[in-house]
Amino acid sequence: MNHLRTCLLNAALALLLGALAMPAVAEPRTPLPNIVKGKGDQCVEPTDVMRRDHMEFLKHQRDGTVHQGIRTKQHSLKGCIECHAVKDDGGEYVPVNAPGQFCNSCHGYAAVSMDCFQCHATTPGK
Amino acid sequence: MSDRSRQPDQERRNFLGTAAAATAALAVAPGLTLFNVAGAKPEDQAVTSENRWGMLVDANKCADGCRACVEACHEENGISSRGRPTTDPQWIRTVTLRDRATGRETRMPVMCQHCEHPPCVDVCPTGASFRRADGIVLVDRHICIGCRYCMMACPYKARSLVHEALDDQVAHNPRGKGCVESCNFCVHRLDEGNPNPACVEACDKDGHKALLFGDMSDPNSELSTALASVATRQIREDLALNTGVRYQGI
Ligand code: SF4
Ligand code: SF4
Repeated sequence: MNHLRTCLLNAALALLLGALAMPAVAEPRTPLPNIVKGKGDQCVEPTDVMRRDHMEFLKHQRDGTVHQGIRTKQHSLKGCIECHAVKDDGGEYVPVNAPGQFCNSCHGYAAVSMDCFQCHATTPGK
Repeated sequence: MSDRSRQPDQERRNFLGTAAAATAALAVAPGLTLFNVAGAKPEDQAVTSENRWGMLVDANKCADGCRACVEACHEENGISSRGRPTTDPQWIRTVTLRDRATGRETRMPVMCQHCEHPPCVDVCPTGASFRRADGIVLVDRHICIGCRYCMMACPYKARSLVHEALDDQVAHNPRGKGCVESCNFCVHRLDEGNPNPACVEACDKDGHKALLFGDMSDPNSELSTALASVATRQIREDLALNTGVRYQGI
């Protein structure tokens, strides 16, 4: 009985791995995030660092700004929005959390909701 | 963390920051020195208790029917009305006092008094309501749970809860549903080295000059000089909160 279960599990695992390996050659089954490019040549940190740690930078910055009045630009959410918000055909800024826009593109893909924009402006300020 | 030398964009950002500061100074009309940019705090430095920001309101100069300060504040900070006076947030309001015996009326704006011993901070269960080192009392909306204890504790009715979801915030003043807020002495301006809140600017512009903002711990500031020479009062001074907003002519 135990042996049978191990066999079945192995088979299932093999199938699963095969399925996972496939998309490397074929079209991905899910649409990948389409990341809107920011202004300038490079982000404030290397891309891989930003991908993993942007929330830590933002959280650290927010405490410094709110409690101590530290207003450096490098890790400020305002700075992110100024660089990454794009304009539509009419020349109006599109909110960064709108579908397909910079923030939403990855967060929608990863199904991680953001609370930032319940309070923060979604387009560059005046 | 990362290799800073691999970030050419940083230079551009520093330049933009400097350019922004320069523009702020230039925006002031020639012949009118409103603030000293050289005295501005570097943006990477924390505020300290070397400053204590405060305001003097001269009730004698507050003009009947004028709402310049209220409108300027709400415009500056993106406080929009939903046409529901009982729940619309207000950061500053005008109050009229009437002496029953003589009928004399006194008018003045009232906003957060930026108490040295703020009851709103004492009662806050989360630590969201706090006093910054330079005397400005703020709500950290990342921590506020909207319980409204601070609103009940404030003797000046200075705070409001945001009751409705918003989508018209200004970039320099993030705010949202379920958090309490109040006057912050235009902290975003102050941190940029512009000690001239929107209400003061508006009152000056209309020629009333009823509001004077400044540093109470600098004995040479215009505010300290005024406080040392005229009779001023704190509202509810019996509570000994040592308010940052003082009144003349009440
Ligand atoms: S006036 Fe009210 S809100 Fe402002 S510091 Fe004092 S108790 Fe807090
Ligand atoms: S409403 Fe927010 S700031 Fe006020 S007491 Fe409650 S948690 Fe603190």
